[in-house]
Amino acid sequence: MTQRRKTSIVAAACLILSLAASIVVLRRSDQARPQATLDEVLFLSSPTVIKRASLGYDGLLACIYWTRAVQYFGNRHHNYAASYNLLAPLLEITTNLDPHLLVAYQFGGSFLAPKPPVGAGQPERAIQLMEYGIQNNPDDWHLYYNLGFVYYMDVKDYGKAAQTFERGSKVPDAHPFMKVMAAQMAQHAGEFGMARELWTATYQTTQDKLIRENAVDHLLALRVEEGVTHLQQGVTRFGERTGRLPVSMAELATAEDLPGIPVDPNGKPYRLTPEGRVEVRDPDDFHFLSKGLPPGYKPPDKYRPLP
Amino acid sequence: MPAIEILGLEKTYRVGFWRKLPKRALHPLHLTVEDGEIFGFLGPNGAGKTTTLKLLMGLVFPTSGSARILGHEWTDPQVKAQIGFLPEQPYFYDHLTAHELLEYYGQLSGVPAKDRKRRVEEVLQRVGLRDIRGVQLRKFSKGMLQRVGIGQAILHDPKLVFFDEPMSGLDPMGRREVRDLMEQLKNEGKTVFFSTHILSDAEALCDRVAIVHRGELRGVGRVADLTSTVQGKVEVIWQGIVIPASMKALGAECHVTGDTVRAVIAESQQDAAIDALRRERQRLIAITPVRTSLEAYFFEKLQRAETTAGRTA
Amino acid sequence: MKARVAHIAFNTFREAVRDRVLYNLIAFALLLSGAAILVGQISIDIEKLVVINLGLTTVSLFGVVIAIFIGIGLVSKEIEKRTLYTVFSRPVRRWEFIVGKFFGLAGTLVVNSFFMAIGVFAALFYVSHKFVRADGLILIALYFIILEFLIVCSLALLFSSFSSPLLSAVFAFSLFVVGSFAEDLRNFAGMAHGISRTLATGAAYLVPNFSAFNVISSIAHEQPIAGQLVMHNTLYALFYAIMALSGAVLIFEYRDLK
Repeated sequence: MTQRRKTSIVAAACLILSLAASIVVLRRSDQARPQATLDEVLFLSSPTVIKRASLGYDGLLACIYWTRAVQYFGNRHHNYAASYNLLAPLLEITTNLDPHLLVAYQFGGSFLAPKPPVGAGQPERAIQLMEYGIQNNPDDWHLYYNLGFVYYMDVKDYGKAAQTFERGSKVPDAHPFMKVMAAQMAQHAGEFGMARELWTATYQTTQDKLIRENAVDHLLALRVEEGVTHLQQGVTRFGERTGRLPVSMAELATAEDLPGIPVDPNGKPYRLTPEGRVEVRDPDDFHFLSKGLPPGYKPPDKYRPLP
Repeated sequence: MPAIEILGLEKTYRVGFWRKLPKRALHPLHLTVEDGEIFGFLGPNGAGKTTTLKLLMGLVFPTSGSARILGHEWTDPQVKAQIGFLPEQPYFYDHLTAHELLEYYGQLSGVPAKDRKRRVEEVLQRVGLRDIRGVQLRKFSKGMLQRVGIGQAILHDPKLVFFDEPMSGLDPMGRREVRDLMEQLKNEGKTVFFSTHILSDAEALCDRVAIVHRGELRGVGRVADLTSTVQGKVEVIWQGIVIPASMKALGAECHVTGDTVRAVIAESQQDAAIDALRRERQRLIAITPVRTSLEAYFFEKLQRAETTAGRTA
Repeated sequence: MKARVAHIAFNTFREAVRDRVLYNLIAFALLLSGAAILVGQISIDIEKLVVINLGLTTVSLFGVVIAIFIGIGLVSKEIEKRTLYTVFSRPVRRWEFIVGKFFGLAGTLVVNSFFMAIGVFAALFYVSHKFVRADGLILIALYFIILEFLIVCSLALLFSSFSSPLLSAVFAFSLFVVGSFAEDLRNFAGMAHGISRTLATGAAYLVPNFSAFNVISSIAHEQPIAGQLVMHNTLYALFYAIMALSGAVLIFEYRDLK
């Protein structure tokens, strides 16, 4: 075998082996490092500075910051993080670089306003972000929807929410439900039906996986809460009629003329405690519950996707 | 054992944007160079001389064929320690001084450290660069660079030396020095293989020559043999400006050059011419046989190649 | 064999040192470190922060420029100028040439970084008037920067082995930029589907991943660096450089030196 061939074989072997080794080391390194090259130190956190530094490659940088925002949020979300300090700056930088990146606004609308561990707990920044989005994309009704959503769900300012939906309904090509919601908001603020409509609308109008997951979780929780509320009212009615608490769910079901033992969306029957409280059998199955939980219930540490 | 045996070395380049067009730089070449001779590799520019040298040096890889140098396969690394190479219009690391360059090359050639210093001094002396110390090569003239080039080629005392157009760009004194050097190398028992398109140099120096044209070998042989086609003529030179009528009668072509006359006559009439000049009291200077010059041989070979090409075209 | 590699390395080092361009770059870098002092004075609290950030970023960026500048000169320029003809007519293997060049350049960069680092430490001393233990972290950041250089060098050599000086510089620099965003590329690959996912993942592992090497802002805030990270980075740089150099050797082995 010529020298040349020998050298080539050795070199080729080295190349393949070292490539494989480098990939292995890289993966190990990733696992070992705490998430985010962002650390908690975003050295350049001013959107204007970044925009200037981007040398005109705004679009590309916007994409990069967007991916980072999603990665940042996703990782912390899975660990039920207590804070999401960097989410707002990241989204602000992203939208500053590309004011037309709609999904970033949607993301902000869904996750900036709610309190941790669901979101960043910064409704004012969410509102700011939406308004900025509306300013730059006045003909996109989705943004009004997101803003109205924040007013309704997190700030609970039903008046402003209705106003926003009204504004949005005037945009050409606005979804018909905008007008409907604007109208209903006035009367049915705080009701299950309203909430269900809003979450369904959110689910239908986005492609982003995390936002949809979130909407589904909320819808399921709504069903549970509705169920629990009705059943609880049934308990009260029972008490008024008979002067005592029902001994079991079966008795309550008969009294309320229900087709069978009421079950939660997973098919598990609700419980009736001796004190007359209606509870979910497995609270861990649901997120966002505020009713039907046993006293002193603590949600688990890690986010588990629902069955 | 021949110093070099070229066994069908061929090189075809692929040119063009998609590298589809074949360009034949060298047709399969068969050539032998004997030990201890000065061998001239002649041809016009673009004939394939440099390609051949690069193939032998392993700088470029052949499309087919092989070669043996000093009895070993030409790709054998051992061989490199015993050959020297001076490329055409060489470039060297111009941040180095001549001394440093030769030191470096000595290291690469495997000259043992204890001999290196001495050898470098000797070689610098030999090529006439002894006095230029501490001057970086970027400041060297062409002639000086050529000398450095020769120096690095002979530094490690190789048995076989390759020169590619060694005289190019040199003034007459430089050329003389290079010629002398090549003779010296031959006297030391080394083999010299050099390519050139200057025929007079080849004629003066070489034992044997090969002629290439358009990548093909056109002729090989001893210089003496190639130029010995005696045409049967002699050239007579005598002093003065007089052309005797008797000379003219011999059918001589006469030319007056300064204060001498030259006449070319048939060899058979040599004696008659001498008699005629003596009668006319002209002072005879020389009588020399007219030989084919290497130049003529060269052009004849080239022309034949052209016509063959023309016929097949 | 090893002797030849060492000789080539030394010659490369000598060539780099005598290249006047190098000095200009170093001087400029030192000047920038000085400028960092001035910038820092605008806001007293972050003086030290600015010096470290700007100083180390300068070392990093200039080092990369130098690495590419000299790196491409190593092989591309030599081929263009035909200095290689007389090298390979000697018993020098082609791979010895590549490896020797790499070590020569690496050595140059280490020495270079050393001098630039002195500039940074000097500037630091000027603003803080003392050194604290945490300043030792700067050395780790510098070590990582040098590892980055080694990777860039090996890439410059790889491109030089088949490409012209200009193209080699462009490729090497582009890979440096892409490598700085490699982590984002991998995130993107994670979010993509189908063929773009495969391509993006492949690209993300092939380009040099510099994300883990840039600890400048962490150490500016005096955050400690895990020993594991040092180990991972060292190994990664080692393997990546070997990979690029193997590629260079392979290509160069078959290249016609026209």
